[in-house]
Amino acid sequence: MTEVLAARARQVIRSGDGKAGIDCEKQSVAGSVSQRACTFCGSRVVLYPIADAVHLVHGPIGCAVYTWDIRGALSSGPELHRLSFSTDLRERHVVFGGERQLEDSLNELIERHHPAAAFVYATCIVGVIGDDVSAICRVVSAKYGIPVIPVQSEGFAGSKKQGYDAACEALMTLIGTGDTAGVGKHTVNLLGDFNLAGEIWIITEYLRRMGVEVVANLTGDGRVADIQRAHGAALNLVQCSGSTTKLAMQMQAKYGIPFKKVSYFGIDDMAGALYAVAEHFKDPEMLERTRALVAEEITEILPVVEECRRDLEGKRAAIYVGGAFKAISLVKALRLLGMTTVLAGSQTGTPEDYEYLTDLCDAGTVIVDDSNPAELSAFLSEGKADLFIGGVKERPLAYKLGVAFCDHNHERKLPLEGFIGMANFAREVRASVCSPVWQFAPRHQPAIKEV
Amino acid sequence: MLNHTPTEIAERSALRINPAKTCQPIGAMYAALGIHRCLPYSHGSQGCCSYHRSHLTRHFKEPVMAASSSFTEGASVFGGQPNLMEGLKTVFTTYDPDVVAVHTTCLSETIGDDIPQIVGEAKRQDIIPEGKYVIHANTPSYVGSHVVGFSNMCTAMATYFAQEVKPARRRHTDATQINIVPGFVDPSDMRELRRLAEATGFKVTMFPDTSGVMDAPQTGKHIFYPDGGTTVDELKNLGRGVATMALGWWASRDAAIQVEKKAYVPREILDLPIGIAATDRFMQILKFRGGVITPDLERERGQLVDLMVDTQQHFHGKKVAIFGDPDHVLALTEYVRDLGMIPVHVLTGTPGKRFTSEAERILGPKAASSNIKSEGDLFTLHQLIKNEPVDLLLGNTYGKYIAQAQDIPFVRVGWPILDRVGHSLIPTLGYAGAVRLLTKMTDALLDRRDRDAPDHQFELVL
Repeated sequence: MTEVLAARARQVIRSGDGKAGIDCEKQSVAGSVSQRACTFCGSRVVLYPIADAVHLVHGPIGCAVYTWDIRGALSSGPELHRLSFSTDLRERHVVFGGERQLEDSLNELIERHHPAAAFVYATCIVGVIGDDVSAICRVVSAKYGIPVIPVQSEGFAGSKKQGYDAACEALMTLIGTGDTAGVGKHTVNLLGDFNLAGEIWIITEYLRRMGVEVVANLTGDGRVADIQRAHGAALNLVQCSGSTTKLAMQMQAKYGIPFKKVSYFGIDDMAGALYAVAEHFKDPEMLERTRALVAEEITEILPVVEECRRDLEGKRAAIYVGGAFKAISLVKALRLLGMTTVLAGSQTGTPEDYEYLTDLCDAGTVIVDDSNPAELSAFLSEGKADLFIGGVKERPLAYKLGVAFCDHNHERKLPLEGFIGMANFAREVRASVCSPVWQFAPRHQPAIKEV
Repeated sequence: MLNHTPTEIAERSALRINPAKTCQPIGAMYAALGIHRCLPYSHGSQGCCSYHRSHLTRHFKEPVMAASSSFTEGASVFGGQPNLMEGLKTVFTTYDPDVVAVHTTCLSETIGDDIPQIVGEAKRQDIIPEGKYVIHANTPSYVGSHVVGFSNMCTAMATYFAQEVKPARRRHTDATQINIVPGFVDPSDMRELRRLAEATGFKVTMFPDTSGVMDAPQTGKHIFYPDGGTTVDELKNLGRGVATMALGWWASRDAAIQVEKKAYVPREILDLPIGIAATDRFMQILKFRGGVITPDLERERGQLVDLMVDTQQHFHGKKVAIFGDPDHVLALTEYVRDLGMIPVHVLTGTPGKRFTSEAERILGPKAASSNIKSEGDLFTLHQLIKNEPVDLLLGNTYGKYIAQAQDIPFVRVGWPILDRVGHSLIPTLGYAGAVRLLTKMTDALLDRRDRDAPDHQFELVL
């Protein structure tokens, strides 16, 4: 059986072996080759799709470079979010403080681009040199009359999760500041969808056909003015539960807006999400429209799924993604394609996520939290995976092992949400699993124990 | 996407928009991957390590192994010593590297962690096994750029391992040894430099050498430490070299100076051998140090010249904008000049006055009418191009936004290239690299000519 870091032993379990729950939400072991990122990363991915705001990274240049347009969070209008703005702190700022640099940068940005708001991301170093980011933001906000919002995203504060929380804090300062006049009865906010490859447009269109209007996108194709009136919506739909559940809870506490955790991946979860909305509004006609929509969409894509299933039946998949909610949807979607899951893991799952995942998966499936390349490749080979679903760092690992790959993270180029997303997913998985190149690529060769 | 860029250029004092550089630690990480069985180690927050690995993976399409101190709130207040000690323990017990190459980050630099002191403590506590090494480079993210970080880690290799080898002992080697510091280039380039130097009869010690590490073959298994990389033994024997050739003033010079100081091997500071003239100088130094220019090498050069002659009419008078890392940009500027083109915008994100004076020297009388800029960004470059349009853009992947917005033929060269493949396997350096670059540039220019040609001027033979 595959060896794991001794200190991580309890972060790996096997479905059905009756052991106690998984250890998670732990700080990574220092010195391990973790696939995890930092607080700044978490804040940045959640907020950056707001397209009519400027996003200024306060720190040395790297943090801005590594987050420059790496996700295809599409906008239907302004594209300010795709530019990279940084205060590019130098040694003199570290010694004498970077507040002046920050204020000058904000002034220049706002005067040139006239954004609807500005977000200022604090990086590690800002936390240490003690710049008063909030004070500068207040001054600049007063000067231009737009929200200038500090995001407390110092990298060392934790993993991406703490960054999600900081982003939610920042969003809460915007929500409730706009006029909700004209916001209708059957309205929702979409939380935790970042409009990768245009996914949020698919969901919005389904809702429109049901008779539900979207008030604010949080944050894919997001607009500041929409977010400011988000508190007028009747319901919050929370997709990427890891990133925005906290925001939904805060909005419930402050504005009494109920929320539903949903997933738009796979036929079951997508249909479930739409029915949950229809049931919430208790409108029989809407429910009827929803049934019709679901039936129509499924009819359309089922042939594609069936066709792909013929080629994929019995193949084995491994999943390692950022949030556990996605792993859950993927296990179901893969089942629909006739595939079994041999490994399911995430960087930042919660105990509840993992419990659900463990129950969902077949006995023997490996469940991991905060894994690393050595461990992942060992589990992949042990489970004889034919497919790996992960992100940028996982792709070359899969290929070296001779395993097909599907990017279900920010480098996906086709929408994977919605019913059409299931068809895209099926086609993408089949394209990779059935590629003729594998006949030349050795798969799962025994690893030679290194001396 | 770049419709936000106004044409009028205003002085900017504070803000950086669309950077043409990144921070030191990623350069140090890449350099460290060029040591055999070395695990790069990032002393800072988890995100740094993760970002660097992702970014390098996007360029090389390879798994990148590196560990992190995973700083917490506590470490940022009380110092990172416990994290580094625990990290080294984990690394040696779990991943069994020969060398751990620690680089700092803005965070650990600012809180003032003293790496040698902490490593010394780790030694005292027997955390570092016998025969294993921990080296370090200080790479504050707020100084220089990724190129400087690369240079600092190369210098650390010399600092930790280079030692004098008495001339009497040097005679025992079969062939004369030459040391090469290749610069922040692709594994394909390192392989090509070695081939050229070996063809002149030298035994080559190249450091760092990521060939065999970042261009590993598909084997059906994940090999944590691929076969490539400079071995510790080679680094300890740098003193056997007749000279150390540092390719690129920014990326390689300091390391060669350090070898000279520690092991009394003379340095030869050269430009990155991109294009014919810089490659000629590289070959001349090899010859000067005792290498033999073989007929095969003469033929290679002759073929390049032949191609340059065949294509000169396509290049003459074409305006070019070049951006990227300083060593690359300067060498490209010279090559482009030698092909008859006019480099009108020459920009690097890395700070340093020398860039300007070198570019001026290369451009000669044309320098006065060119825009030469160090510590610039791509927002500025876009503005410059809007004011004075060009026929061709050379630079890393980030140039694609400008190429798209201004509809300019674009050839990807340098680092990072996030949206095309081939650079890991096909060199840009040496005569072969010059051929490749030339072909890519003619392809770009002639594809454009074909695309834009009216029917009656659309020609079969060009």
